[in-house]
Amino acid sequence: MLKTNGQKLIKDGVIVDNTWALIAKPEGDAAEVAVPAGQVIVPLSVWAAQKAQLQARADVGVWLDSDEVAESIGEDANHFPVIGVNFPGFMDGRAFSTARLLRERYGFKGELRAVGGFIRDQLCYLRRCGVNAFAFANPETDLEIAVKSLNDFNEYYQASVDQPLPLFRRRA
Amino acid sequence: MYIYDEYDNSILRQRVAQFRDQTERFLAGDLPPEQFLPLRLQNGLYVQRLAPMLRINVPYGMLNSAQIRKLAHIARHYDKGYVHVSTRQNIQYNWPDLTEVPDILSELADVGMHGTQSSGNCIRNTTSDQFAGVAEDEIIDPRPYCEIIRQWSSFHPEFAFLPRKFKIAVTGSEKDRAAVQVHDIGLQLILKDSGEIGFKVYVGGGLGRTPVIGSVIREFLPEEDLLSYLEAILRVYNLSGRRDNKYKARIKILVRAVTPEVFAQKVEAEWEHMKDGYSKLTRAEIERAKGFFTAPAYEAIDNAAAQAGVDAQAADSVAFSKWLQRNVRGHRVAGYAAVTLSLKPTGIAPGDITDGQLEIIADLADEFSFGEARTTHEQNIVLADVKKSDLFALWQKCKTAGFATPNIGTITDIICCPGGDFCSLANAKSIPIAEAIQRQFEDLDYVYDLGDIDLNISGCMNACGHHHVGHIGILGVDKSGKEFYQVQLGGSASNDASLGDVLGPSFGADAMPSVIQKLVDVYVANRTDEELFIDTYRRIGAAPFKEKVYAKN
Repeated sequence: MLKTNGQKLIKDGVIVDNTWALIAKPEGDAAEVAVPAGQVIVPLSVWAAQKAQLQARADVGVWLDSDEVAESIGEDANHFPVIGVNFPGFMDGRAFSTARLLRERYGFKGELRAVGGFIRDQLCYLRRCGVNAFAFANPETDLEIAVKSLNDFNEYYQASVDQPLPLFRRRA
Repeated sequence: MYIYDEYDNSILRQRVAQFRDQTERFLAGDLPPEQFLPLRLQNGLYVQRLAPMLRINVPYGMLNSAQIRKLAHIARHYDKGYVHVSTRQNIQYNWPDLTEVPDILSELADVGMHGTQSSGNCIRNTTSDQFAGVAEDEIIDPRPYCEIIRQWSSFHPEFAFLPRKFKIAVTGSEKDRAAVQVHDIGLQLILKDSGEIGFKVYVGGGLGRTPVIGSVIREFLPEEDLLSYLEAILRVYNLSGRRDNKYKARIKILVRAVTPEVFAQKVEAEWEHMKDGYSKLTRAEIERAKGFFTAPAYEAIDNAAAQAGVDAQAADSVAFSKWLQRNVRGHRVAGYAAVTLSLKPTGIAPGDITDGQLEIIADLADEFSFGEARTTHEQNIVLADVKKSDLFALWQKCKTAGFATPNIGTITDIICCPGGDFCSLANAKSIPIAEAIQRQFEDLDYVYDLGDIDLNISGCMNACGHHHVGHIGILGVDKSGKEFYQVQLGGSASNDASLGDVLGPSFGADAMPSVIQKLVDVYVANRTDEELFIDTYRRIGAAPFKEKVYAKN
């Protein structure tokens, strides 16, 4: 079961209420999972199994586990108001690539939310990769302090989502 | 060499501040040890057997005298008065105090140095040829490309939590002195007849517990596509590399599992999407990078006259002539030579230098080599631009300082990891083995007669001492708490890269000098006039060596 840090998260640099419920990966048949009404983020398997019913709803987001690739959503990305990328543990860095692909290759414009076991010290790099919302699994994370890590750096060598021009194209 | 500008300085200052905050949070108990671990590693800080170890990057081996003096200052004020040159051209401190590391990094930032990404599961310092820019066999100077890679890979947001560490090496000469075929990515510069510059791309090479020679996945990558192609490789690896087992997490395992052909297809498919993006190098950027590596103010020198002078001095001094023979090599500019300062005198841990010696190197660099020096992956120091007419004076100063051991490339120029004396990963000590072998081969004339022999020692299978690619490789192993040494023969890190074959059962430490002696005896007994040790081994195979070493008498 995925945990979230109470009802708060960091979004676009400020602490806001979390209005989205997150559904954990089902152990059984994804087609049988009851998706409640209201804003809800479902696992990829549930989306895939219930796409016919769910795609009419504007309040359904999807989340990708670290072994689920951006391509599995692909051009459908902008259908979702929110996409989650999960960190089973903070050392699993696949979400950094997945986030960039969702933004850069599939043009996702909605909320890209890190969920799971990432840590505060990864916020700046995650932001650079296109993640704009951070729902910490660790309930003890002090969001007021953590938010500072978003801006550990304000200048960068390489291209990424936040700054598509590498430094060599901007250097005076 | 490359000089930091306001952008580089600003980014590095932010890194120092970030790590200072992380260290303070760790010390205050606000950052759990398991979270601090990868953060400190990505700033070069290990926790070792006796104390932390701090690894400072030397980008592709280039140092200026101000940086060397700063390294000396830190050794003196924060450590025990010496440093270690690693097998990846970096500088290691063995006794820093964790609480002082942010201050050390701040001082290093004053001279554009740092430990960023010198450890951890990220893109490490790019290594290269210690004779870049001066080698007679150089086709293209690799350093501008190394610098472009350094900037791209530093603080790369997507690739800071890879499945495992990632090492890139670049060579631009006919002879590969950067061991590119045993790196995660090896880049060999190519100049086409048309004048077009690009790279032959190797992936999936590496040493460690599963040594592999890299596979070519692209015969020619145009230079402007360097970064987008590297990014494609890294992305495929980041998404597909194994994360369930750290011993199977290197890119070599992935490349082997899917085959190099399929891996290449995945990279090409990824690259198709990004190759014409903003990361494509501009002509201006390549020229800007090259602008930092232009020739220094060489004097116009009559080479014949300069050489005649050196020859006359050599005729008067056998010791000087030996040093010329082993520690001095040709230079592409008339009247100049490249000099290797040996950090392998018998009795000193290979690659160790004191604070005072560092300051002498800085002085020698200023006096004789345009203020620059280089570290080598063989754990020596190079002064790359010495006037031939200065060689004798330089040699005398090297003798006084302890750098003149004329053993470069010989069996006593041993590549050796810190081993069980320092490293918490090691299964066995390596430094005392190196010393015992050096003592076995103290007769210089005999050592010269043996010619070039790469003897590499690692204290464990992580292979920091590159034992797989030594002509003679020694691996420390632990057997029920006792230290033993396995011998491998036939490795090479050069163009004809190969991995050594295990000779047979391992030996105790005491036996090692005589074992190496027997191996050398077999070589001497079987060699033809022109053959080096590696050639003879490749011709006659392991059997005669085994027979001699394991003979029951």
